[in-house]
Amino acid sequence: MAKEPIVTVRNLVKAFGSFRAVDNISFDVFPGEIFGFLGANGAGKSTAIKMLIGLWRPSSGQATIAGFDIYRDTEKIKKSIGYMSQKFSLYTDLTIRENIRLFGGIYGLDRASIKRKTEELLDQLQMQKYATAMIHDLPLGWKQKLAFSVAMIHEPKIIFLDEPTGGVDPITRRQFWELIYAAAAQGTTIFVTTHYMDEAEYCDRISMMVNGKIAGLGTPDELKTGFDSSDMDEVFIKIAREGEVMI
Amino acid sequence: MKRFIAFVTKEFHHILRDPRTLLILIGMPVAQILLFGYAITNEIREAPVKILDDAKDEASREITEKMVSSEFFSLAGFLNSEEEMESAFHDGITKMVVVFPPDLNTSLESGQSESIQLIADATDPNTANTLVNYVQGILSDYNKSNNIESLPIQVNIITRMHFNPSLEGVYYFVPGIIAILLMLVSAMMTSISITREKELGTMEVLLASPMLPGQIIIAKVVPYVVLSFLDALIILAMGKFVFGVPVNGSLLLLLSVSLLFIILALSLGILISTVAQTQQTALLLSLMALMLPTIMLSGFIFPIESMPMPLQVISNIVPARWFIVIAKDIMLKGSGWELIWKEVVILLGFALFFIAMSIKKFKVRLE
Repeated sequence: MAKEPIVTVRNLVKAFGSFRAVDNISFDVFPGEIFGFLGANGAGKSTAIKMLIGLWRPSSGQATIAGFDIYRDTEKIKKSIGYMSQKFSLYTDLTIRENIRLFGGIYGLDRASIKRKTEELLDQLQMQKYATAMIHDLPLGWKQKLAFSVAMIHEPKIIFLDEPTGGVDPITRRQFWELIYAAAAQGTTIFVTTHYMDEAEYCDRISMMVNGKIAGLGTPDELKTGFDSSDMDEVFIKIAREGEVMI
Repeated sequence: MKRFIAFVTKEFHHILRDPRTLLILIGMPVAQILLFGYAITNEIREAPVKILDDAKDEASREITEKMVSSEFFSLAGFLNSEEEMESAFHDGITKMVVVFPPDLNTSLESGQSESIQLIADATDPNTANTLVNYVQGILSDYNKSNNIESLPIQVNIITRMHFNPSLEGVYYFVPGIIAILLMLVSAMMTSISITREKELGTMEVLLASPMLPGQIIIAKVVPYVVLSFLDALIILAMGKFVFGVPVNGSLLLLLSVSLLFIILALSLGILISTVAQTQQTALLLSLMALMLPTIMLSGFIFPIESMPMPLQVISNIVPARWFIVIAKDIMLKGSGWELIWKEVVILLGFALFFIAMSIKKFKVRLE
């Protein structure tokens, strides 16, 4: 990939007192790529994402998102990205249609675009019949797919997904990844964190985080060869063990 | 602006779809004012009273008539001699005995001052006090009707109850209930609704959106401003039409001060939500730090003058105290701006202080 990177991260650090949740990480993400951010719980994935999307200020280091600096241009960054958080993030006491309208409004879409987007989205998810159903009446898999589509409503250049498939059954996860692929095929860059190793196989490139550091970075095949493993599970266990040795 | 409207719409949906929230918003003001107005009033009606009439003349009959025909007293019987006085209270019903001196009418007509003896059952001092005040009010009326006949004032009245001559308790409760309700709706409910977004994780998504933190907070509190204002209107209207509590001063002034108090309460609510991580914490904090002082130390239930010194000092930092003073002045005395500006300045100071504090806290949290 010879293109200009859409995300550049250099020596990024987030310290809470003497504890470094994110410890000096550097990487690039290229347009249209599905970039997997892997690691055990507490490895620092969410902290890293929060800095990249402008929620938290880094302790030190540099990063740019879509060409914007994460210290100075957080407002511009927020307009060009989508974000789906670890916790389910739609309003459960609003209907599907109302949620779409709300987030369309928040991202500054005009009334006509919101209307068009709503129909498009309902068709795509085959949820036309349920447009006026409250979110809390929907199955979790649906909610997750809907949350993803809503996070994409303003057609961002890059979308950050923080453990989007936590607690979802394998079939729904599969379907969810089909949505991700569809978005990537249209040129959206996907930045996804997960701790499911089978999902890692779906990514173009992965970075493995251990104790706030990046312990491995490359395509799934490169990592498997590099760590002499037959699947990603093995890669992860080997990397995690090295991490422990490093401490 | 589009963002703002979309967000405010969503907030109204939250409120209107939650029956509990609605109950607090609409049911609470109605329930509270009825409760305080009817049940917990400190006024007494139809208190049984006995008369020892040594005069048995025009004046004593007129005064007795006035007392019994008022809603405060009912005649429990006549006494024939002073000896019966002691046992008069033993029936457990009689609250007061009124003793008219002999030749009351003659003395009054000849321009002399006369004393009427009131003996009240002081096992319940508050009731006794109130009853004595009622009689004084009635005697003052009697004086007035004598004045019309251009006679000099002859029955001496020591106290007169200003602005609320019949001492109706509900007059005092209306401003207090407004203060409590505004605190409840503006401060408690906003703090809970903001912490709910934190708890659910939606706050994170909002902060990651192009909406500025300030916009999010303002959009969140706007519906509560509207609803608090509505509550204030409900209470005032019920006070007026159910209990006949007047607004003697300018309604506009009263509503403007209420708005100031709402803003103050909102800033307190925001401040609490920056500290509290969960809805429960926000609820507890609001109850302990806001509701309790507002109810106990604002002069709403317990008069500030009769509090021990340390509590009197503390009551100065309870914003509701100042609001109640202003509301009472405007509603009962009909005071204008020139009499309440000091208290308004104090409220304004509080409001600015809390807004500054919450902005500071909010920024720290975002770091």
